[in-house]
Amino acid sequence: MIALLKRYWQVLRRPSTHYSLGFLTVGGFIGGVLFWGGFNTALELTNTEQFCIGCHEMRDNVYQELQPTIHFTNRSGVRAKCSDCHVPHEWTSKIARKMQASKEVWGKVFGTIDTPEKFEAMRLPLAMNEWRRLKANNSLECRNCHDFPYMDFTRQSPRARDAHSTALARGERTCIDCHVGIAHRLPDLRGLDEMIAVHGVDAVPAVLLGGAAEVAQ
Amino acid sequence: MRCALAVIFVLVSTAALGGSHFPPGHVDRMRGMTPITDEATPPPFVDPDDSSVRRARNYAMQPPVIPHKIDGYQLDTHVNRCMFCHARTRVEDSKAPMISVTHFMNRDGNFLAELSPRQYFCLQCHVPQVPLAPLVESQFVDVDVLLRRAGSPSATLRE
Ligand code: HEC
Ligand code: HEC
Ligand code: HEC
Ligand code: HEC
Ligand code: HEC
Repeated sequence: MIALLKRYWQVLRRPSTHYSLGFLTVGGFIGGVLFWGGFNTALELTNTEQFCIGCHEMRDNVYQELQPTIHFTNRSGVRAKCSDCHVPHEWTSKIARKMQASKEVWGKVFGTIDTPEKFEAMRLPLAMNEWRRLKANNSLECRNCHDFPYMDFTRQSPRARDAHSTALARGERTCIDCHVGIAHRLPDLRGLDEMIAVHGVDAVPAVLLGGAAEVAQ
Repeated sequence: MRCALAVIFVLVSTAALGGSHFPPGHVDRMRGMTPITDEATPPPFVDPDDSSVRRARNYAMQPPVIPHKIDGYQLDTHVNRCMFCHARTRVEDSKAPMISVTHFMNRDGNFLAELSPRQYFCLQCHVPQVPLAPLVESQFVDVDVLLRRAGSPSATLRE
């Protein structure tokens, strides 16, 4: 075995006798482009709505809930797909997120969320993962479509204007602090206190602290 | 028995015919002029009032109407979205009016520490408004008007 590896190593190390340096450079470049492109295409494929709802856990729960919301159909005809909110667009964070997402794929494989009941039970920790991410990156995914500098307060409702021109403008709050449950039903918040003890308060949007926890007892 | 049925039939049909204020062919107010055999085209959705202008209550015990839209607000056994803003501990942040003390009362009139379960489903009593002409004309007379007619010094509403 070792001997075999050694032989291949020798082959790899030996300078090329058959191909010109130019061919190797250009060929390597084209190969690289093809690989890169293929990799990104595969990555893009995992970003499509079809892929995300390929498993019944997602199709029967979160996808159903997304459909009546404004992010599915609206007067402007712009749809937010799963990946618009759940996969960061910047490349490095995208890869980091994919690696994290494979945990959810594991979840499916090992059956932790394969029934509606199990999904419901896991829902709060799953939501807290999303909240933590959006709080940490200042709601980057929301801002890919909605950008604060482009908001016209004179066209917003009074409640929206009051909130956006104060806590949001001052940077004290980020979108997810106030806009939870905009795409799916919220999990049962009765478990929130125990979850805060485990995951910390960083993963909890401001709007869920106080009142909501009060009713959820 | 047969006689009784006949009487009921006559009574019902005269009530139905006599009570109708609609022109011929006009089946009911919601359907408009569409014959009963055809499918009526539903009117387009109307945006609810989102002006945030609180409206006067028509009588002292009236649940105030909601002056903002509530589209997509989750209100079920898991989550009460209204309380994200109207709870006692949230109003400082949300600038919303706090649910009044009656919402903490149980049916024996005792005050609970939190929202009383019988007040949990807000939409039983509070509803948003749409800017549409009412289907049926209202003949409601404000009690203040009646009091004024009776010469009360504290009634402020004029006819
Ligand atoms: C793919 C782009 C996209 C992304 C990503 C996105 N949105 Fe939206 N959002 C929209 C569109 C389009 C509308 C509807 C605009 C319209 O027609 O009024 C909308 C509407 C909204 C509304 C208004 C709801 C209403 O009832 O009027 C809120 C609040 C909102 N988005 C919050 C968010 C938050 C929070 C995030 C991040 C978790 C987010 N959006 C991510 C595109 C997006
Ligand atoms: C301090 C809380 C707060 C923060 C932070 C916040 N919002 Fe809002 N937003 C509101 C409130 C309150 C409303 C009006 C009520 C509602 O839609 O439920 C609103 C309404 C909206 C609307 C609908 C506009 C309208 O006229 O009704 C959009 C779109 C929106 N927000 C997007 C965002 C985005 C994007 C961010 C982050 C850049 C953000 N919001 C951050 C509180 C907030
Ligand atoms: C407009 C942004 C948006 C879109 C589009 C969206 N999500 Fe979400 N998703 C969120 C947010 C925000 C959370 C965090 C929990 C919450 O606030 O509802 C979340 C939470 C989740 C969770 C954790 C469990 C839970 O329910 O909280 C899953 C799983 C999920 N999303 C899957 C999906 C899938 C699958 C799609 C596409 C069918 C999708 N999401 C589309 C914003 C979005
Ligand atoms: C984003 C915060 C927010 C949410 C969520 C919210 N409200 Fe409000 N509500 C307000 C604010 C702020 C006011 C004060 C008037 C205004 O600015 O619209 C108000 C006013 C009201 C009033 C009028 C009170 C009066 O004295 O006239 C009622 C009733 C009401 N809300 C009921 C509800 C119900 C029911 C729900 C849930 C379906 C709800 N609200 C959800 C913020 C909110
Ligand atoms: C059984 C009917 C009923 C239910 C259910 C109910 N309310 Fe009320 N609400 C009233 C009545 C009646 C008033 C006016 C008299 C009073 O203050 O008690 C009122 C007043 C209010 C006011 C105005 C308070 C003020 O001081 O101006 C708000 C805000 C309000 N309700 C919000 C809510 C919310 C949020 C919920 C759900 C958690 C809710 N209500 C559930 C009947 C109800």
